[in-house]
Amino acid sequence: MLSFLLIILVSTFFMGIVIRTKSIASGRKGPGIFQPMRDIIRLWKKGAVYSRTTSFIFQIAPTAYFVSVIMAILMIPHANNPGLISFDGDFVMFAYILAFGKFLMIISALDTGSSFEGMGASREALFSMLVEPAFFILMGSFALFTGHTSFHSIFSALHYGSYIAYMLGGMATFVLVIIAMIENSRMPVDDPKTHLELTMIHEVMVLDNSGFDLGLINYTANLKFAMYGAIISNFFISALPIEISIPLFLVIQFIFAIIVGIIESFSARYRMGHNPQFIFILTSVSLLIFFGVLLVLGKFM
Amino acid sequence: MTNPEYISIFNNQSILVKEIPEHNYTAFKDININLLKGNTARHCINYFGYILADKIKLICCIADDEAHKIYVSSCFVNDNEELSSFTAQNHNFEKFEREIHENFGLKYSNHPWLKPMRFAYNRDNKNKKIENYPFYSVKSEELHEVGVGPIHAGVIEPGHFRFICNGEQIMHLEIQLGYQHRGIEQLFVRKKKLLERTTLAENIAGDTVVGHTTTFVNLWESLCGHTTDSSLNFARTVALELERIAIHTGDLAAICADMAYQLGNSVYGRLRTPIVNFLQEWGGNRLAKGLIRAGKINFPFTNELAKRLIEIFDAYEPDFDEITEKLFMLPSALSRMEKTGVVTYNEVLEIGTVGMSARMSGLNRDIRYSHPYNHYTSIKHTPIIKNNGDVYARAQIRKEEIKQSIIYLRELMTKVPEFKKPENISLNPMPDTFVISMVEAWRGEICHCAITNENGDLLIYKIKDPSHHNWMALAQAVRNNDISDFPICNKSFNLSYCGHDL
Repeated sequence: MLSFLLIILVSTFFMGIVIRTKSIASGRKGPGIFQPMRDIIRLWKKGAVYSRTTSFIFQIAPTAYFVSVIMAILMIPHANNPGLISFDGDFVMFAYILAFGKFLMIISALDTGSSFEGMGASREALFSMLVEPAFFILMGSFALFTGHTSFHSIFSALHYGSYIAYMLGGMATFVLVIIAMIENSRMPVDDPKTHLELTMIHEVMVLDNSGFDLGLINYTANLKFAMYGAIISNFFISALPIEISIPLFLVIQFIFAIIVGIIESFSARYRMGHNPQFIFILTSVSLLIFFGVLLVLGKFM
Repeated sequence: MTNPEYISIFNNQSILVKEIPEHNYTAFKDININLLKGNTARHCINYFGYILADKIKLICCIADDEAHKIYVSSCFVNDNEELSSFTAQNHNFEKFEREIHENFGLKYSNHPWLKPMRFAYNRDNKNKKIENYPFYSVKSEELHEVGVGPIHAGVIEPGHFRFICNGEQIMHLEIQLGYQHRGIEQLFVRKKKLLERTTLAENIAGDTVVGHTTTFVNLWESLCGHTTDSSLNFARTVALELERIAIHTGDLAAICADMAYQLGNSVYGRLRTPIVNFLQEWGGNRLAKGLIRAGKINFPFTNELAKRLIEIFDAYEPDFDEITEKLFMLPSALSRMEKTGVVTYNEVLEIGTVGMSARMSGLNRDIRYSHPYNHYTSIKHTPIIKNNGDVYARAQIRKEEIKQSIIYLRELMTKVPEFKKPENISLNPMPDTFVISMVEAWRGEICHCAITNENGDLLIYKIKDPSHHNWMALAQAVRNNDISDFPICNKSFNLSYCGHDL
């Protein structure tokens, strides 16, 4: 429960920090860190407009997407406190509950019948499919490392004994940061600021969503960022007492948001055709983690 | 000498209409096709028709960049004759013949792509509408069509792009324009006052105000037999180069925005401002509207302005160099620009592109060097040529032309000519005269033609914006590229919709 509340809290200002960082990096002052949340609340107060060509799928998808992410967040522990849902192998369910939400968004994009949205849907499906092996190899390696198979037990049993283990933590952070960027369709892979439908991935899928639904989708993006931030922080918090772990959690989320902002400020978006190569890097880094774990456990002897 | 094939004239030279040799259509066609055959220094700068005594008079102007001359010839045809097209032998004429066909209904038997061009309000066949434009389409299970526009995602100007794609890969792009047609050429004839016409010229394309207005006033002064004062030539040249710097800088910002390089976007965007603000300081308008006038200038260029401009450049250059070095060294940016949107030398030659869109692929077309006008006669200009024809080449041309323009302007600022207020300006067009005027604006060659009748009234005013040819180069550039790279290709050409639609 603690973890859930913390993630909700962070989700209200995470995107604000990213935008603020980008503004400062380009020499502007930028809006307050709660501005994105204010925009979302404004959208929530509005009604939604539905095209006559769409079916009920288009209407339920944003809600289902939102609920899937909320459910995934419920599984994330904080230090010694398990998430509301916690059982052996819960990270598999975590991955597929997210995939379910994404699946509904993809079919709702196809539901509109627009050629743009179909294009975005196919890109989103491809890139999230490519991300999946990286996530599972990463979590599998840590399951092997600790001998446990649920988020809570993996993270609370996680303590770094050797230098290699620290390196594993570092690499896992790298993988999760990039996964978060890809899953949220952020910079090196997608450009959230563009107005050009042809280059978009996620934004083009939600072109037809409006009002409350759009607010929900935007808020879900914030939630997902905070969720990945929470997983990353768990690699560092492990079993610290609450007085230390909560400030540490916030600091890690803050640094994560700044890193996202900096990546977005100082590089150009990759060419669409190069994205799969880039995403495969994650899988190879995850494999490195896997071999590192084998090394630490002495399986190579 | 018996009937010469063509009359050769200089840029901005006025001649009597009857001096232009007339031929029958077959001879006319052969002459012009032969002029272009195997000679890459020549291209068609204007080919148009107008109605004269129930017949259609066609006039074709071929520019020769090496001889610094323009070859003009003409021909009379009836609108019910079936003609064999120039385009079947040389694609330089493709757009021109489509335009003639659209306006007068001339029947071409072997034109490969005889589609409407801009849906002029006085077109011959009113049944051809924007709604029923005959798009090229492919019946296929694998390929799909993507229609973009007419409303631009960034709400700039309207134009419709129809892609035929294989997944993410573009197989074919067809660009349909004409949404911006305002009938500018007809307005030129109908509006009688010089000020009205100058204002029209300023509004042909909002991003090339100086370019089009300078072409117009050069043409007008030549048409009236007026010799341009050196201080006016100076001011026009300065304005042209300033416009080049401003728009090129803005384009670099936009290219950065399209590849999501935020730093480049904001720095170049900021750098454009002092340049356009200088135009405001000089002439009271950031787009330089009201600055260029035939026979006079309301805002003479003074030594104080020259000093200001040097200060602005001193502040501009270090920042520009710094961000340019970053941009052209950034791996992620290079990977977006290099080998994206390639148009080969043979393709640009066949299309007959002008300006940057020719120089990017090694084709040397720069009016400042080949048909000098205004103050360019005293500047030794070397065109900047790149050979790759990709987005990177177009970005590099912009970068280097900005630097070159600054060098020229710094040089010019050392010798600002004394301004003498011109007296007794009487600008009355000469009767039965033909004038052609070309200017190298930032986008490329602008060509205006005017013909007067026996009373000195305009019979026809013909405008050709560089976008006229260059849109086809864009359609070629995106073939076999990712559809997600279309925006950056489009931006790297930065063509004008209203300049094309007129």
